[in-house]
Amino acid sequence: MKKIILAAAAVLALSPAVRAAEVGPELMQVPWSFDGAFGKFDRLQLQRGLQVYREVCASCHSLNYVAFRNLSDLGYSEGQIKAIANEYEYPEIDDEGSDTTRKGKPSDYFPNPYPNEKFARASNNGALPPDLSLVTKSRHRDGPNYIYSLLLGYEDPPAGMEVLEGMSYNKFFSSGSFQIAMVKQIEPDKVTYADGTAATQEQIAQDITAFLHWAAEPKLEARHGAGLRVMLYTLIFTVLAYLLKKRIWARLDQK
Amino acid sequence: MSTEKSVLQRAFEWHEQRLPIGGFIDGVIGTKYPAPKNLNYWWNFGSLNGLMLVIMIASGIFLAMNYTPHKDFAFDSVERIMRDVNYGWVMRYMHANGASFFFIVVYIHIFRGMYYGSYKNPREVLWWIGILIFLAMMATAFMGYVLPWGQMSFWGATVITNLFSAIPVVGDSIVTFLWGGFSVENPTLNRFFSLHYLLPFVIFGLVVFHVWALHLPGSNNPLGIEATPADKIPFHPYYTAKDFFGVGVFMLIYFAVVFWAPNMLGDPLNYEKANPLVTPAHIVPEWYFLPFYAILRAIPDKLLGVIAMFGSILILFALPWLDTSRIRSAVFRPIYKWFLWLFVIDCAVLTWCGAQLPEGLPLILSRVGTFWYFLHFLILLPIIGWVETPKPLPASISEAVLKGRG
Ligand code: HEC
Ligand code: HEM
Repeated sequence: MKKIILAAAAVLALSPAVRAAEVGPELMQVPWSFDGAFGKFDRLQLQRGLQVYREVCASCHSLNYVAFRNLSDLGYSEGQIKAIANEYEYPEIDDEGSDTTRKGKPSDYFPNPYPNEKFARASNNGALPPDLSLVTKSRHRDGPNYIYSLLLGYEDPPAGMEVLEGMSYNKFFSSGSFQIAMVKQIEPDKVTYADGTAATQEQIAQDITAFLHWAAEPKLEARHGAGLRVMLYTLIFTVLAYLLKKRIWARLDQK
Repeated sequence: MSTEKSVLQRAFEWHEQRLPIGGFIDGVIGTKYPAPKNLNYWWNFGSLNGLMLVIMIASGIFLAMNYTPHKDFAFDSVERIMRDVNYGWVMRYMHANGASFFFIVVYIHIFRGMYYGSYKNPREVLWWIGILIFLAMMATAFMGYVLPWGQMSFWGATVITNLFSAIPVVGDSIVTFLWGGFSVENPTLNRFFSLHYLLPFVIFGLVVFHVWALHLPGSNNPLGIEATPADKIPFHPYYTAKDFFGVGVFMLIYFAVVFWAPNMLGDPLNYEKANPLVTPAHIVPEWYFLPFYAILRAIPDKLLGVIAMFGSILILFALPWLDTSRIRSAVFRPIYKWFLWLFVIDCAVLTWCGAQLPEGLPLILSRVGTFWYFLHFLILLPIIGWVETPKPLPASISEAVLKGRG
């Protein structure tokens, strides 16, 4: 039995290591509130992250899989969510058949900043700002730390490296070229937090990253909670099964 | 004891006389199936395979209720499952990680067979059906991985289906036939979904034959010698109880991954929607295909690579004859035992190589590994069987148990 558990553990331990080495230097590590088996999101942090998204990133990046109604996860009331949705406008066709607009509703999704991909590229030097809903899961195995590092990873290029027109050097950018078509977005005091938190670069980068991780994995807390219960039940089941097995097999010795 | 029978008992007997389902189950995994009394925990993996198949079918059916097999909606429908469908994320993470755990279990199960010589006379057909199940599982998992229509889904499908173009003359026609068009497109996704739903039930049918073939000779055992009736105990309650315990331990590991690290085994890139215009720098299959992928890429010629890759699995069909020793269990085969562990290391090395770019050290290692893989089966196994002097076999299982070796 021990051998088998060891073998299984070895397979599990090996499999991520089996993956191709990720390019780039070691990522900066943040102790996220949602890390580990019991991790939870910090609601105030998510609210600050939402503010950063809306004030800084939303002008270029969509957030296609997040609807305003989902913001109840961040601790907002129904009224607050309605008010947020109301700040956005959506195209509609009126009863006469003409184009018009209406105010956003909680069931609406965050709107795209650009009408189409060509427009988006034309506005960004040919590069396409990706949708951010899944970006903490789609870029790197250690996603949140990657996004955090990327947002702060801008520095002067190494001597001799030619950075192309419109590109910035970023030592964490995963494409391998280390040249990214997004200029540095985060500076100290780029936002003024509604809750009065000091807006250092690190604070802003952490808040937006946590928010994006919630956007990518909104069921994380439910998952962690259910995991604990499921593991407890399974543990009890396993102990009982072990005792039962011992008891039944003891019959053989009596013979 | 009173002779009065309860209503329930009488209803059961009434039904048994007309359709003896109870008697059937009792014969297959119950009190009427005698099993050697010395089976160790490696024998738990058969029932674990069955459990995984049930979990995959159950979670798959719930996923299929909410999944849309269309290239424009597949990715979004999976995200909808993750976000809006009640407990959709449980089903999806159980299914995606379930595939990995199914392969872990099946690999251990196959290794168990190799270690204790379970493929030898009289269990060759049982072994064959096992390999057929393994092949069907690989096809199922490959097509399932295409369904979420992420970047790795799309490009994995493109690379693997393209392999068939290496076949002379008809290769290109076969690929067009598989795709239902001239590239991996919506028709490809549609047929893969259809077949992905079908194949698990084919596997289920194969399992029936697998168990049937098992019951004629009965289970092998760690000593590999024939078990006399005196050495056997009824499957139920002894092995049912032991299997339940094994299920518990297994589920602890499986659930820990599903609930606490559900994306550990998957490729991040599959959270990006498929884009035929952007080829990923590094296309890798899921971990369970990596050794075969390494063999494919170890060989410079495409056709030979494909032949080697399929050959590496098909060669298992010939294993009962490639292994010339008549002793089943590696316990009594001092030389074979070491070479089997070398073979396991070889597979681990190939797995690692499969995830690297095919250049430099990984390429050299995958060539050595591929060479060793076939050397093991084609040359070493026959020779070891001829030259090895086995340790003396115990006269019976009971004797071995008394000597503390059971
Ligand atoms: C002026 C437009 C603009 C703004 C504002 C902007 N970005 Fe970007 N972003 C881009 C472009 C363009 C790219 C594509 C870069 C490339 O592919 O080289 C990008 C790429 C990214 C990526 C993907 C990096 C990768 O590894 O592929 C992330 C993550 C990202 N942005 C996050 C943010 C965040 C968070 C904010 C807000 C703090 C933000 N961006 C604000 C234009 C913008
Ligand atoms: C042998 C059993 C099975 C295996 C090994 C298997 C394997 C897989 C794999 C690897 C995926 C991709 C998971 C991901 O990364 O998202 C997948 C997806 C899927 N499977 Fe299966 N599967 C099995 C049985 C079934 C059955 C019986 C059904 C339907 C009744 C089913 C329905 C689906 C659906 C709808 C998806 C797409 C949703 C998703 O990607 O999560 N599967 N399967």
